[in-house]
Amino acid sequence: MINVIHIIGFIFISIGLAFDVFGCLGLLRLPDVYNRLQAATKCITLGTCSILFGMLLIVGFTAAGIKAILCIIFLLLTSPVAAHALARAAHKSGVKLCESSVIDKYEEDGN
Amino acid sequence: MKSRMILFVLAFVVWALLNWIPDWQHLVVGVFVAALVAYLTGDMFVQRPHLFKHVERYLWFLYYIPIFIWEMLKANIDVAYRVAHPSLPIKPGIVKVKTSLKSDTGLTFLANSITLTPGTLSVDIDREKGYIYVHWIDVKDKDVKGATERIAYRFERILTRIFE
Amino acid sequence: MNKTLSYIIGLIILAALFIVILFFTPDIYIFPGLVYLNFVKRALFVLILCAVLCLFRIVKGPTPADRIVSLDMFGILVIGFCAVLSISTGRQWYIDIGIAWALQSFISTLALAKYLEGKDFDD
Repeated sequence: MINVIHIIGFIFISIGLAFDVFGCLGLLRLPDVYNRLQAATKCITLGTCSILFGMLLIVGFTAAGIKAILCIIFLLLTSPVAAHALARAAHKSGVKLCESSVIDKYEEDGN
Repeated sequence: MKSRMILFVLAFVVWALLNWIPDWQHLVVGVFVAALVAYLTGDMFVQRPHLFKHVERYLWFLYYIPIFIWEMLKANIDVAYRVAHPSLPIKPGIVKVKTSLKSDTGLTFLANSITLTPGTLSVDIDREKGYIYVHWIDVKDKDVKGATERIAYRFERILTRIFE
Repeated sequence: MNKTLSYIIGLIILAALFIVILFFTPDIYIFPGLVYLNFVKRALFVLILCAVLCLFRIVKGPTPADRIVSLDMFGILVIGFCAVLSISTGRQWYIDIGIAWALQSFISTLALAKYLEGKDFDD
């Protein structure tokens, strides 16, 4: 028995897994906190949202599917806020940008 | 009072979705819980409740969602390319972006959109002067005006119509 | 020269891991009656690989900010893990764990950021 919607759901989950792997690689390879924060926040948020969406396609609009929609909305709202708070905290606690950076307006304005 | 009503409706809808498929026992408990939440935190949720009546704001919000998802996809492919490239083609820096939004919700949505779109991450907001400090992974324009046009303009155009 | 060498070595290690995950998947016993076992096994192993990369950054990270970032990302990965388990076992309370984990991870990240910033918690 081959169900087309289930296969589309598995394709979404596979795309999400690939983005998760790229996010974690960025966490390892990039040189300083801010670049790592960029790669990790974008890739892992979209990857997990894609996994949850594939799960919604597979289980349909049951209790678990509705909860997956709520989880997607919640992740999209909170993950950038957490990244923003972490970036500001890192800059205030004195973490410097890496050597290849070209400009730092935030430091110039005396914060 | 109006703000509390809106929060009550929102909390009740979320409760009903969490207990899908709702029966009457869950709904009765949900009325009490939503009333408690609305009584405790109603004041801080919405400052200007009259804005919820305008229909065209919802339509602009629906128009905003596909643009946002498209930008997110582009951002992810961009980051994946930069990470997988052997020589790490990055040129990071923090630039300043001018914004004309004033309300809290508008600024929050603008900062979130900047964070989830290609190559940018909002670091801090200076509300009195209307600046947002943005960490940019590939700096193309160092002055305020050019950076604003490249980063914030496409969202600000829509968000002004939704939240102001 | 040194950088190119380390890039090639990392690429080979990752490719070897992926070949092992995709073609020689070890047998795992989670629950009896898993649905879509062949897909779910591989998905779980890829997520475990991501979690190990995050843990490496937690152990090595030169500043406290790095550690907090990768802890946050680890929390988001756990939500994906819960979703995959919820598909395969058919038990719907796994996604409840995911929602609760998302809430708790967000609040703990905010608290750690405030602590790093050196302010009081009532700001």
